Amino acid sequence: MPDIIKIDNLKKNYKKIQALKGVSFNVAEGELFAYLGPNGSGKTTTIRILTGLTKSSGGEAFLNGHNINGKGIEGKKQFGLVTQIINLDNELTINENLDLHGRLYGMKKTDRQAVIEVMLENVGLLERKNSLVKELSGGMKRRLMIARALMHSPGILFLDEPTAGLDPEIRRKLWSLIKKIQQQGTTIFLTTHYIEEAEFLADRVCFLEQGEISAIDSPANFINSVGAWAIDLFHEAEFVTRYFKTIEEADSFTSHAQDGYTKRRVNLEDAFINRTGRRMKENGTAEGRPARMASGHSHGQGNSNVHGHSSHSGHENSNGGGC
Amino acid sequence: MSKCFAVYLRELIILKRKFWRQIASMSVSPLLYLIAFGFGLGNDLNVGGRPYLEFLIPGLIAMGSMVYSFGIATEINVARFYWKIFEEFQAAPVPNIAYVSGEVLAGITRALISVIIILIIGFISGVNLSYGPGFWVAVLLNSFLFSSLAVGLAMIVKSHADQSLLSSFLITPMSFLGGTFFPVDKMPVVVQKILYFIPLTHASNAIRASAYGEKASGISYLVLVVIGIVCFIFAVNVVNKARD
Ligand SMILES: Nc1ncnc2c1ncn2[C@@H]1O[C@H](COP(=O)(O)OP(=O)(O)O)[C@@H](O)[C@H]1O
Ligand SMILES: [Mg+2]
Repeated sequence: MPDIIKIDNLKKNYKKIQALKGVSFNVAEGELFAYLGPNGSGKTTTIRILTGLTKSSGGEAFLNGHNINGKGIEGKKQFGLVTQIINLDNELTINENLDLHGRLYGMKKTDRQAVIEVMLENVGLLERKNSLVKELSGGMKRRLMIARALMHSPGILFLDEPTAGLDPEIRRKLWSLIKKIQQQGTTIFLTTHYIEEAEFLADRVCFLEQGEISAIDSPANFINSVGAWAIDLFHEAEFVTRYFKTIEEADSFTSHAQDGYTKRRVNLEDAFINRTGRRMKENGTAEGRPARMASGHSHGQGNSNVHGHSSHSGHENSNGGGC
Repeated sequence: MSKCFAVYLRELIILKRKFWRQIASMSVSPLLYLIAFGFGLGNDLNVGGRPYLEFLIPGLIAMGSMVYSFGIATEINVARFYWKIFEEFQAAPVPNIAYVSGEVLAGITRALISVIIILIIGFISGVNLSYGPGFWVAVLLNSFLFSSLAVGLAMIVKSHADQSLLSSFLITPMSFLGGTFFPVDKMPVVVQKILYFIPLTHASNAIRASAYGEKASGISYLVLVVIGIVCFIFAVNVVNKARD
């Protein structure tokens, strides 16, 4: 698949803050790309630059071949945008909000009416078509924003923290909707600070920290680089997680363990903790413990990772494409 | 063109949703001025050989069309800073000129509604003036000028508080000095010279002369046209300033 989003050395400085320190990556057509990072890491800034809401301080980006700094308005038809902050017209009905969007994108009346029906059906809001937006719940507003962003059939959908602040059940419903949209052929650029959201949804995950990309890869590759099985236990008054390539190794370890422990599959959060641990040590802000990743050999002292203080010297992670 | 209409249509729907509230609030200030200055000063007062009420109504019209067309800035600020709807326009393939035209049209529409309210209030108070084409052209030009100015300023302010400040320093002084409540030619010569550069003075002149059935000065129309176009071009060029 060709790359539908291309970003090269994108930078953004607000007066004193360097919000983006030169990020580069590409997103393939049809991909669900998760941009994962803590609050303030620069996720929204990236989306705002790509969608023309904010000017970049340097670098280039292309959406489906259109330079984002280009003069024409053709580039703006390439994407749909669901901003982090809800931006619906509260005093207007659902139908009016969508109809105005269609008009802004130059859609004909018959098209608008047909597409509104389909979109509302898609996000489960058809019965509420004539309700005022201010009568909707938070989850409904998100779904309406997604419907609105897709009305003009863009190739790319930007979702800025679409599930932040929603309760778990509604979040899962939104996940299904997002997957469905991807299956219908839309490339999705999703930002989140929920690791499990990125793990569950994304084809590739990009870790963003303080305006810099630390790694890009698929969730599976990230997880495999840590191990397959994890054992959480309390060891010498500290919470420790140990990673193992196979379940046999994990079982062999637990047969020696005395205290209570939990055995589970390794997840993306483990990979994230490994990386931030390493970063912290590199920055000299925290002392890394002499710990190693489980790399298939024996269990024991050298095999543990302590949350927040760990580093790894095992196999270097396969940091995919362009970071 | 249709995109400009979309921007306009949105403002119309919002106006429609709070139509009666809007009408009520647009009626309050002309009523107050009429009671305070019109009736309060008494009907004996003559200005230029006419009852003061006949002088006042065209002044209120000039002022009302200015204040309510300028009021579109408040709507834009609410959309921009509070609802963040402005981002929906910025992300959409809408040329700046279409956006500005839509908002300016909405400002003019508000101004016209306020003018009609004042005309009705005037009619009820027994003021009969002539409202021919010269009158309406002056009202439209005045509204066009101040809507365009409002849209432009709404793009460059950083908060709604800034906008209110501009209102207090720009619009309020003009309301009182621009030939609305008393004739400019009664002022000291220096002040007259200064007031000559205020667009509202020309709007008041043109609106009042037409309402009296006299021929208004062509210069006043020209000034309104020129400043109006300058403000409109300014507005189109600062839309991109609204990005940070
Ligand atoms: N308009 C702005 N003015 C100044 N600083 C800003 C502005 N917007 C964002 N920032 C700063 O840029 C950094 C990145 O912010 P943001 O992109 O919103 O992060 P995220 O979306 O990942 O939470 C933060 O330090 C934030 O304070
Ligand atoms: Mg954000």
